[in-house]
Amino acid sequence: MLTVEIRKQLPDYLLEMKFAVADNMTVLFGPSGCGKTTILRCIAGLTRPDQGRICLDETVLYDSSRKTCLPSRYRGIGYVFQEYALFPHMTVRRNIMYGVKNYNTAAADTLNELLSLLQIGNLIHRYPAELSGGEKQRVALARALMTGPKILLLDEPLSALDHEIRLELQDELLKMQQMWKIPFILVTHDLREAQKMGQQIIFMENGRPAPKDKQILFFQRSLQL
Amino acid sequence: MVFDWQPVFLSLKIAGIALFFVSILGLLLALPLARHCFPGKDMIEAIITLPLVLPPVVTGFVLLLLIGRRGPIGKMIEQLFHSQIVFTPFAAVLAAIAVSFPLMYQSAKAALQTVDQQLEDVARTLGVSEVKVFFTVTLPLAWPGLLTGMVLSFSRAMGEFGATAMVAGNIPGKTQTVPVAIFFAAESNNMTTAGLYVLIISLVTFVMVFGVNRWSRRKMSRLLQGRSSHVNS
Repeated sequence: MLTVEIRKQLPDYLLEMKFAVADNMTVLFGPSGCGKTTILRCIAGLTRPDQGRICLDETVLYDSSRKTCLPSRYRGIGYVFQEYALFPHMTVRRNIMYGVKNYNTAAADTLNELLSLLQIGNLIHRYPAELSGGEKQRVALARALMTGPKILLLDEPLSALDHEIRLELQDELLKMQQMWKIPFILVTHDLREAQKMGQQIIFMENGRPAPKDKQILFFQRSLQL
Repeated sequence: MVFDWQPVFLSLKIAGIALFFVSILGLLLALPLARHCFPGKDMIEAIITLPLVLPPVVTGFVLLLLIGRRGPIGKMIEQLFHSQIVFTPFAAVLAAIAVSFPLMYQSAKAALQTVDQQLEDVARTLGVSEVKVFFTVTLPLAWPGLLTGMVLSFSRAMGEFGATAMVAGNIPGKTQTVPVAIFFAAESNNMTTAGLYVLIISLVTFVMVFGVNRWSRRKMSRLLQGRSSHVNS
């Protein structure tokens, strides 16, 4: 269980969010620039909130009152970025294995399982520049899951992909979440994607939860789509 | 005519030692300055860049004030080791460092700024230390720019004349570098010797710059377009 309660002053508004995420697919939904990515960065330890508390199970990741801020590398959080962020100078295999400290039988099994599930076994000797967008995103997903994270953050991972590849990867993400049984937090500004993917949807607007009437409006619009 | 290779070897040695120091110092200084803003940053950068825009004799004069017998560093060295720096190869190394450092710093700063910080963030979330992030992500991606800076710095150190002449003089076999040898050979109308030195220094510099440009182009092509284009190119 991830609990988030943070405040952070951004250039245009105050980000103020409080929510909890169980072992499911949670969607952070809202227009561009409403603070979704900042929340993910705060959870991952890449950005520091001004105030608040972030806990993952029993572990305190951030607590302003106790001046605790666990460095990103100790948080055990997987992060998939919108632009894939694959290391361009490493092959697919080296990208996926980057965070693995001990390459043992268990790691080899996880690697083979991920390569097979994501159908990227034939790409392991290629460089990121030789991959399509969908392949890059699969590799990024494999890399994030390879380290055995306690939670996976997905920052608009499908927004740069074609419609068909996008639908395909949406299904794969749902399947992966069910198999890994860890919280997945997906950021999107696509209403249909949010509806399809989210077991829990958090509507955001200017750094805060969107008002109830707006949430109802979103649902009505989605029914018309 | 017996050609004296000593200035060539000395210049290579001085430029090599200077390169070692400016590479480390340039990178260490560029790391915080490329990524962070703080009060006084512009002032620090202006001071670092000064030797690049000032005439080398001015740099030499300032060095002379610092390391000369009456200068603070010169006095200290004399008290500690009972010797002086001026008119020694060590002074020539200091002059080479002073004039080549801004080039290394500027190149290192530009190279570090081109590294996508999201890649470093990904590495952090994958549980690796800052040291590993630097050596496996930042450094390899900044390497083409850093190497260009190293070649420019080495070439600048090889070609340094004004500051070297002021602090190291022209002692054949001890402090006479190629540019100083060219100047004195030409002054004494020994144009063949001067021409040979010019040819050697031009050749060394050309080969390095050409080689690095070619390597950088291939490396960038590989990063941007993948291995297939690299093989075809």
